[in-house]
Amino acid sequence: MNRLQQLFRDKKDICSVYFTAGYPNIDDTLPVLKALEDAGTDLVELGMPFSDPLADGPTIQASSEQALENGMSIKRLFEQIKDMRQTISMPVVLMGYFNPVFKYGIENFIAKCKEVGVDGLILPDLPFDEYREKYLELFEEAGIANIFLITPQTSDERIKLIDANSNGFIYVVSSASVTGAKKEVEQGQINYFNRVNNIGLQSPRLIGFGISNRSTFKTACQHASGAIIGSAFVKLIGEHGAEGSKIEEFIKSIK
Amino acid sequence: MNKSLLANEVMPNAEGFFGKYGGRFVPPMLEPIMQEITEAYEKIKDDPVFKEELYYLQKHYTGRPSPVFHAKNLSDKLGGAQIYLKREDLNHTGAHKINHCLGEALLAKKMGKAKIIAESGAGQHGVALATAAALVGLECDIHMGEVDIYKEHPNVVRMRILGANVIPATHGLKTLKEAVDSAFEAYLTDPVNQLYAIGSVVGPHPFPMMVRDFQAVIGREAKEQFQEMTGKLPDNLVACVGGGSNAIGLFTAFLDDADVNIYGVEPAGTSFETGDHAATLKLGKPGMIHGFKCYLLQNEQGEPAPVNTVASGLDYPGVGPQHSYLKDIERVNYETINDKEAIDAFMKLARQEGIIPALESSHAVAYALKLAAKLPKDQTILVNLSGRGDKDIDYVVEKFGKEYGIEE
Ligand SMILES: Cc1ncc(COP(=O)(O)O)c(C=O)c1O
Repeated sequence: MNRLQQLFRDKKDICSVYFTAGYPNIDDTLPVLKALEDAGTDLVELGMPFSDPLADGPTIQASSEQALENGMSIKRLFEQIKDMRQTISMPVVLMGYFNPVFKYGIENFIAKCKEVGVDGLILPDLPFDEYREKYLELFEEAGIANIFLITPQTSDERIKLIDANSNGFIYVVSSASVTGAKKEVEQGQINYFNRVNNIGLQSPRLIGFGISNRSTFKTACQHASGAIIGSAFVKLIGEHGAEGSKIEEFIKSIK
Repeated sequence: MNKSLLANEVMPNAEGFFGKYGGRFVPPMLEPIMQEITEAYEKIKDDPVFKEELYYLQKHYTGRPSPVFHAKNLSDKLGGAQIYLKREDLNHTGAHKINHCLGEALLAKKMGKAKIIAESGAGQHGVALATAAALVGLECDIHMGEVDIYKEHPNVVRMRILGANVIPATHGLKTLKEAVDSAFEAYLTDPVNQLYAIGSVVGPHPFPMMVRDFQAVIGREAKEQFQEMTGKLPDNLVACVGGGSNAIGLFTAFLDDADVNIYGVEPAGTSFETGDHAATLKLGKPGMIHGFKCYLLQNEQGEPAPVNTVASGLDYPGVGPQHSYLKDIERVNYETINDKEAIDAFMKLARQEGIIPALESSHAVAYALKLAAKLPKDQTILVNLSGRGDKDIDYVVEKFGKEYGIEE
């Protein structure tokens, strides 16, 4: 059983955090990861910055830009996290856009993920069919989970197909929008969460996009195994960097 | 050269691929929206009412067919092949962009959208779309980098006079790429009431197909006109390539004519060494940008590279997927022209034929001049003169006025 499977077997109300690698300072990646683990975070999505993040709102876009300006790259990321498994035991998945990974070389990339102990990958702009045709085998052989996003517009049929080809979790995008912190969860979104829950999927789900505080987190947890906090956390480290006490305070305020 | 391809092959396939290029590399929030546009377009494109409406506007509003002109002075002076110009510069709004903007505005209307949105770099596409929106009765938002809003002030004013909102993109380099990000972001906030009308044969499926289909009128007309004038097909075609819409518009009608040599011209800018160019097909490597796969100028990290040419309309690090495919199968030759050669052609066409071309189109003219000089007099070259140069005169005078004796 791998780290992701174990997490979803043992825990509910999973508190998952997204942050951009190399932000606000290039070498903050590992300290932020460590502070998150110490604060009791269950899972991390580590963002690989890209200059054309079509799925991201202004907060994450700005953090990506800053990280790139800091000199962040995939190569640098793998250097920063090469020994992370000596101190980090929660699952870590990488999240980014397809072109930098494609340019790095997918075989090399997957091999590197395995080597440093990355558990999964989220590439929002890698089409599902393209993945199934060309890369599924590669991921499965390396034991790296590929995590797909679904949105309110994704059909039940498509969701079932994604479920059958998922081996980590499904990322339930809460609205048909870009990322960004919101204050409330709306009724339309709840109807959509219910629809997804009634399909009878085998894969666990996490809800993301617009989760920013205890109230949105708790609501999301009623409809899935847990939720992902992105922009609100990125804003925090934008202000306070890798400061452990602030990160701990933030996670405590959510959980 | 392998010219015997794609004869009756249907391009792209159902998933929007031209060979291995194109497709739809978009986050899942965009996927169903692109599918909706594809289905709406597929439904409408052969509808006689829609075709009639578009034809009517092309004829009575744009002024189609645009003429083909034998540039005799230019040809005689060179002493080589005969140069002909397809005069897209004479269209309403002064460039080929109006061809697909009218199509997309009509489509938006039929889909019941209230607003049409797009990005614009130099503002040409923005002006054409604002024009089409005013005509068919749609709101129009044009996203433009803050830097371009300042640089292209006259076009920004034109858009505002036409009733469009110009929305500044304030992040990053504040130019074309950021304008695209900003437009996608705005699009995602309300895909139900808006339609995104991208500015060239780029972006996720169906845009490269749809924009090509609307631009293909250029080649269909030119083929007939040229045969009427000379009794033959042109021996060579030349067009500039930014995203590639005017080029594919001219080429499509001739792709199956194996005896017609086809040349696409990219900007060599000022230097290949320092990266000050946008010669995507010459120097790029396959990659993904803005939701599609194509040749891409990118750095080692897979980030789109900054590009630089005198012609802002050619300033894009990607290129249309069909051009990427046509390069690989060697049906089209992709060549380059640098800033200096383009400016020279701009002045030559102005002074020998009385036509001031857009700096983008000047790249095509410059290559035609080179090619003509090497060919015998009985050969012909048909150049797509994609736009007029009024928008460029201030820039040209400021940078090159002295050299050409325009201002001391
Ligand atoms: C006159 C003119 N020609 C050519 C282009 C380049 O676009 P494309 O390669 O799509 O024809 C532009 C773009 O703004 C233009 O304004």
